[in-house]
Formats: sequence, structure tokens, C-alpha cells
Amino acid sequence: MPKQLLNKENIAWLASAIVIFLVCSVLMNAGIINSYYQITLYNICINIILAVSLNLVIGICGQFSLGHAGFMCIGAYSAGIVTKMMPNLGGLFLGLLVGFVISAIVALIVSIPTLRLKGDYLAIATLGFAEIIRIIVQNMKITNGAAGLSGIPRLTTWPLLIIGVVIALVVVCNFTRSAPGRACLSIREDEIASEAMGINTTRYKVIAFVIGAILASMAGALFACNFYVINPTQFTFNRSIDILVMVVFGGMGSMTSSVIAAAAIGILNMILQNFSDIRMIIYGLALVIIMIFKPSGLLGTKEFSFKKLFQKRKGNR
Amino acid sequence: MKGRVFKVFTSSALAVGLLAGCSSGGGAGAGKTLADGDTVTIGLNFELSGDTASYGTAEYNGAKLAIDQYNASDDAKYKIEIAEQDNKGDNAESTTAATRLITEDGASVLIGPATSGTSIATYQVASDNAVPVISPSATQIDATTNDNGETYPYAFRVCFEDSYQGAAMAQYAYDTLGVKKAAIINQVSDYGQGLAETFKEDFTEKGGEIVAEKSYNAGDTDFASILTDMKSKDFDVLYIAGYYQEAGLIIKQARDMGIDTPIVGADGFESEVLSQLAGAENLNNTYYTTCYTTLNAGDELTNFIDSYTEEYGEAPNMFSALAYDSANLALQALEEAGATGEELKNTLEGIEFSGITGSFTFDDTHSPIKTVMIVELENGVQTAATEVEVEQ
Amino acid sequence: MSQFLQQVINGLSLGSIYALIALGYTMVYGIIKLINFAHGDIYMLGAYVAFITTTYFGFSFFPAMIASMVVCGILGVLIERIAYKPLRHATRIAALITAIGVSYVLEYTTQYVMGSEVKTYPTLLSNVSFSLGPVTISMQQVYIFTITIVLMIALQLIIKKTKMGRAMRAVSVDEDAAKLMGINVDTTISFTFLLGSSLAGVAGILVGIYYNSIDPLMGMVPGLKAFIAAVFGGIGSVPGAMIGGLFIGIAETMVVAYGSSLYRDAIVYLILILILIIKPDGLLGKNQREKV
Repeated sequence: MPKQLLNKENIAWLASAIVIFLVCSVLMNAGIINSYYQITLYNICINIILAVSLNLVIGICGQFSLGHAGFMCIGAYSAGIVTKMMPNLGGLFLGLLVGFVISAIVALIVSIPTLRLKGDYLAIATLGFAEIIRIIVQNMKITNGAAGLSGIPRLTTWPLLIIGVVIALVVVCNFTRSAPGRACLSIREDEIASEAMGINTTRYKVIAFVIGAILASMAGALFACNFYVINPTQFTFNRSIDILVMVVFGGMGSMTSSVIAAAAIGILNMILQNFSDIRMIIYGLALVIIMIFKPSGLLGTKEFSFKKLFQKRKGNR
Repeated sequence: MKGRVFKVFTSSALAVGLLAGCSSGGGAGAGKTLADGDTVTIGLNFELSGDTASYGTAEYNGAKLAIDQYNASDDAKYKIEIAEQDNKGDNAESTTAATRLITEDGASVLIGPATSGTSIATYQVASDNAVPVISPSATQIDATTNDNGETYPYAFRVCFEDSYQGAAMAQYAYDTLGVKKAAIINQVSDYGQGLAETFKEDFTEKGGEIVAEKSYNAGDTDFASILTDMKSKDFDVLYIAGYYQEAGLIIKQARDMGIDTPIVGADGFESEVLSQLAGAENLNNTYYTTCYTTLNAGDELTNFIDSYTEEYGEAPNMFSALAYDSANLALQALEEAGATGEELKNTLEGIEFSGITGSFTFDDTHSPIKTVMIVELENGVQTAATEVEVEQ
Repeated sequence: MSQFLQQVINGLSLGSIYALIALGYTMVYGIIKLINFAHGDIYMLGAYVAFITTTYFGFSFFPAMIASMVVCGILGVLIERIAYKPLRHATRIAALITAIGVSYVLEYTTQYVMGSEVKTYPTLLSNVSFSLGPVTISMQQVYIFTITIVLMIALQLIIKKTKMGRAMRAVSVDEDAAKLMGINVDTTISFTFLLGSSLAGVAGILVGIYYNSIDPLMGMVPGLKAFIAAVFGGIGSVPGAMIGGLFIGIAETMVVAYGSSLYRDAIVYLILILILIIKPDGLLGKNQREKV
């Protein structure tokens, strides 16, 4: 078992995660990544988690959800409320846990009826649900209504973010390769055929949807504990579209591309910070152009893999 | 194999520990003394796009005008450079923008943002880096204090708090207008809810009665059902706690429907667009609290209105005026302090400032102590401005 | 009781506008199975075209309305040709993403050009109101309601009686078979967009006059609600869109009047979810089973 788990490939992944972590830590401490670039980097990490989790639902399972912001909202508020009472790491973990539980329950409630719907109807239904979540949050006492929460302790740290990203990637990639994951892939390819093959399609769709929701709530929690202030208007339909844009740019079904797209868009946002209208026009145009000329996204379903890299090297030798 | 992995883990854990150990510490409180002729950067962090862009843009214009005028004047002590960021009306973007202005552009003071949420989002960054933030219009109750009631040391605002306006209007309505039964329509936002709550509290405390309460969301255009419901209730004043975009439409629809009671509101009414939206003929018997009026304008105000109109091709509104004052306040404080950082903050705390939205000093929560004015509209035109002392 | 009737009137005038937008949705979805997210933005552009023609060129109501219809119609056709046509046989998700992209482009280009500040209209239609028994009705409400009904009837006639209408129905049933029967599918689809978009243009100018306030993002929420109205009535059905629009308008009004206005949007989404679960084909929709 350990031998299986600690094969060359996994070690390569672990090592690269640690290297990225250490390099960025050193750069941050040396002041080369100043607090502005740091905030951008943090944002990119949060977006990676969001993109990967949405990609699980859209890319792997083929279910078009436009309600991801709703789950992010749940996570953000859970963490925000709990950490305001317990401003330490314990509070953050408790908040994460609360967010997981609530978003899993909500995702179940949302998914069981709506996932019977197909394609664009599903998109609109999830959008509707996310809006309902937001409206409820906006009218609750504990969430402080429309004014939102302020004074959330800044608990999100660079190690935590990297751990979050790694967890999201590991969960999603392993899920994809598991039996339920394969079932999801088959649902994506042809729902009716998979049903005919005896796959309980609703069940697997629900599983993927719930995992996606939990990961989104994790991203929400890290988001809340990074930005001091959250309010309901941050989790509108537009946020869902932002996440969707990352998934579509990279390629639906490829985690590597979601990571790259999230990073690229993060950097693009930084450059275009002062050209926000133009930026939105560019996003819109890019969505149209990508869909017309390369509907599979810039990288399609290609995944970066150490295994292939090693094999290639062997082959060359 | 196992051993090696273990080594990797321990060494990386060690490295993490080391890094974590030295990561604390930073430049808090680090200010520098300024000499005449030095270049000082002022950061403008405003909503230049997004839902709240109309306020942000007006404020950006106002602040920029003040700085341009300063740079053009002969007796300017410093050369001011402007660094600007668009926060898109989003809290997270606002934190990012503030961080960028401070750490990348080296701003010594930040002006903005326009809304309370985006302003609060910058206060921690400001305090961490010892850079004062002056928010022109963060009116939310307790915006400048944290949950424990402590004031964010580097957060300042030049507008009065929502509670102050709500109380002032409740007092004016009850005492001066002599109305006893009020209906409230408020926007679902910190602004609308804050105003509505304090108005309600003070109005009932005085002996008045609230007979109806309804709320709406920003961007709503159809108020017919709210107003139909309200019309059946017996009230003699209508308090609209919201901004002119919706307030204008509410007033129009209410008057069209035959609601002819006095309509009262807060500084969110303050815009040229209000009378376009509501129709000038509907803006009678309408009052609102504000700190900015073009009535009996003094030289300074006339000068501001003229230069603003010349520069941007449209008349300024309260938001541009507040931002203009914020920038002038920052400039005055810089000149008086002759330094940035903590020194500048201390100067701001004790400053006596006189601007186009009133003269004021700061209280313990870094909110201005200034008088509220009640402006009356007749056919869409301001006809009278009364100062009100709020009984606290 | 009189208050209730008054609320019904309020709901009907709000609902008429949803219905006008919903007609475009329902036709487009009926024919190419695409949720045209940009439809709400076409409606917004209709309002802006009328704003420009009336404010800067002094058009009166009817010429301005025609101008809005023409501009929106052409724009709709252009969007279809440029953005949607290449994707006609792509997955529905791809088409929907494109539609979202188009919507972003329209919204933010308008914001970039016209600014984000709300704009107001000059008075174009008389705003006299009169009492009809227990309720008060304004002339503008009468205009809105009449124009909506007239346009709906005209649309129904076009679809049922003309050659082009027959082609539209044929394409919506089976595109390939329609092609075999000698129908020019491209032209037919473009014509559908032309009709739907010009109706959205009318809705734009009516809203501009009725509420006297337009802004670049005004199309998003009504667009979604109109889509929900179309789904409610049965997508593809013209009377369905009308009924759906009026129903959503009245439902929203009643929630505000007798419940809490905070939930006016939530109730609409709830209606959508309920209808999708209970009767996905809508009130007047044809029951369609997915074929393998």
C-alpha cells in the first residue's frame, strides 16, 4: 500500500507542491512578492479551488451549474460568523466544517430535484437556487443582512491556501479516477446510454454536485478570512460567471487547464485593474470566440501528468 | 523510499517553521518627514465601474479636481501625484486596490471608496501600513469602529453617520412639519436600513407612530405595489431611505398615484438626476437631510461648482463635493503635519477643517461633527435650507 | 378588495413587459433550443435607442418605437449570424456560454459608451390617470397593455398564417426535415431573431417611458424573469409566454403587497424551480419526451 501511494508520480507532485510553496514563501519574505502581489496570489489560489470544483460539476459530470457562487456564499458566511466568535485557526476549521455541512445539505436539497433537469434548464434552475440562497442570507439577522459581515479576522495564510488547493486537486483528480468518477464521465458523454448500462445517473450527479459544493464552500471560507468584509452582493450571478469563465477558458474537464486559467485570469485582472469595463467586454468576446473556434477550451481535456513525462523520458533514453 | 519522503517532509516543515517565524513584523507606523517641494502620492480608490460606479465616478472627479487645483496653485508646499485604482464596487477588489496603492504606488493617503462596504474593506490594510484612509461617504453606522467599539486608527470619514441623519429628519418631521404618522420605504442596504431604523426609533420616541414599512432592492423600478399598499394606510409623512435612482421613481409613482403627503429623505436624494427621474412638478413638499446645498453658495462653493462644471461638463453633486473636501482635508493635513504615517494620522485627529460641505472636527470615532441641513424642494428646486441641531 | 384589484392592475402592467420580452425568448428557444441570455440586453438597447432618438433627435413616441424595433431587430440578426450560427450544432452548454458572452459584451459596451449613470426620458406619452370603478389606471398602463396585446396577436398571426410563420414552425419541429422540404433554415432563424429582438426593443421603450429610468444593466433581471415566464407558459408557445409574463408580474406584485418585498425575486426563482420539477413543459407546452 505505501509503495503504491508513494510512487514516483505522487512524489513528483508532492515535491512540486512543496517547491511552489517554498519558493513563494521565500519570495514573500524577501519582499519580492510584496503585499499587493501576495493578495493577487491569494486570490488566484482561491479562484483555482473554485474553478476546479466547478470543473468537477461541469467538465467531469457534464452538469451545467450557474449557481456556484451560492455555495461559495455559504462557506464564506459560515467561516465569517464562526471566526468572528473564535478568531483563531480553530475557529477557521470549525467554520470550514460548518460550511461543509451546510453546503452539503443545501447541495443535496438543490440537486435531487434539479439534477433531473438537463442542460440549460439545469443552468437556470441552479442560478435560481443560488439567487435564493443569496436573498435568504441578505435577510437573515445572523449574517447581518445587506450590510454583511465586517471585521472578519485575517486567518487565511499562504500555507493554508496551498493546502486548500492541494486538497481540492487531490479530491477532484482522485474522484475522477474512481468508479463514481468514471460513472460521471460516462454521464457526461451520454446520459441515456449510461442509464441503460445500469448507472444510477442521479446518484452520481448528486455526488459530484455535493463534492463541488463543499469545495466551493472551502474557497468561500478562505475568501472571507482573507478580505475582512463580506456582503451578499459579492455572491451574485456575476461571481458564478467569473468562475465559469475560468473553467471555459482552460477547458472543461481538465484540471490542469483550470489551474492555469485561474492563474492567467488573476494576472490579467491585475493588469486590467483600471480598465474594468473593457475587461468585461474582453471576457464577453473571449467567451464567444473560444466557443466558436475552440469549444473545448484553450487546453481541451489535456492534463499535465508526471507519469507521461517520466515515460517520455524513458522512451527517449 | 519511505525514509527519503520523511526527510523531505521534515525539512520542508522546518523551512516552513523558519519562514513563519520571520514573516511577522512590517512597516507599521513607518512615516517619513516631508520637506517643501517633496512629491507626495495620494491614492484614489473609487468605484469607477460596477453597480455603484455613479457615486464612485462623481467622487473620483471631485477628489481629482481638488488635487489638480492644489498642484496648480502657487503656494503648494508639495507636488502631489495621483495614483488611482478602480475597485469595481467589490469589497475584495477594494482591499486589493488599497494594498496596491499603498505598497506598489507608495500612496501616503488614500481617498475613497464611496460606499461603506468597500471603505471598511480597506481599513485593516490602512492600519497595517499606517496610511490614513479618508472615506468621503462611508455613512454606515459604526463603519469606522470594529466590533469591540475601537476606532480603526487610520480610518476617517467626512460624511455624517446614517444614524445622525435619520435622527435629524425624525426630529424635523415631528417638530417642524408637525406630522405624527409616518410610513417608511427603505432600500435593502446598510444605508437604507440604517436610516430607516434610526428614523423609526427617534420618531416613535418622540411620540410619533410608524404605520407602514416596506423595503426594496437597489435597481428596482416598479414600486406600484408597495405604494398601492401604503396608500391604503393612513399616514402623513413618507420617509424614503435610499438613493436618488430609486427615490426619484418612488416619488414620481407616489405622486402620480395621488399620495400628496410630505416626502422626506436623506442625502441619497442629493443629485441633479432626482428631479429628472421624479419630474420637477412632483418634487414639492419634499425635504431631505444633507450636508451640501447650492443655496446661498459662498465663494468657495461657487468656485467649486464652476470649475467642476468646466472640467467635467456636468454639475457636481454631493458625492463630488464630499470627495473634494476629503482631498482638501488630506492636503491640509499633509501641510500641517509635514510628515506621513502616524504623524499625519495624529494631525488629522486634531484638525479643524472648513470645506464646502461644512466645517468640522473629528470625534473619537473619526467621524466629523458637523451640522445637518434640511433642504426643501419646490418644483424640483431647492428653496430653503434649515440647520438642525440633533438632540442626542 | 379595491386594493386587491389595484394590485392586479399593477401586476398586469408589469407582467405585460415581461410578456413582451418573453415572446422573444420563447420564439428563439422554440426554434433553436437556445436560452438567448443576450435577449434582456437587446431590450436594454431598445431603451437606449429610444433614449437617444427622443432626447437628441426629438422623435415622438411612435417613430422612436419604430427606430428601436429596427435597430434591435437588425442587432438580433447580427448577433445570431456572428455568434450563434457557428454553434448551431454544438452542445447546448457551448451555445449558452456564447449567449452569456454576448450579453456581457452588450452590457459593458453600452456602459462604456453611455456611462453607468441612469438616464431619463423626456415625457412621450400622456400620464393622465383615470378612475375605473374602484381602481385607478394611468394612460401609460393602457398603452403598455394595448401595445402588448396588439403585438402578441400580430405575432400569432405571423406564425400561424404566413408562409414564413409556417417555415418557423417547421424548423422548430425538425430542422433537417424542414431543409429537405425546401425551407431556407438560415433565413427562417434570422427572421425569428428579427421578430423577437424587435419586440424586445418595444419592451425597452415602454419601460423607459413607464419607469423613466434606464441603465446599462437593466436587462439582466427582467431578462431572466422573462425567460422564467416563457418556461412557465410553455416554451415555444406565444400565448404561453403572454400568460407566463402576466402570471409572473402578478405573482411578484402580490408578494410585495401581501408578503415581503425582499422576496420578490426569490418568489420568481421559486416558481421556476417548481414548474421545472412539476411540469417542465410549462402550462401550454407540448409534452416532449427525449428520444434516444
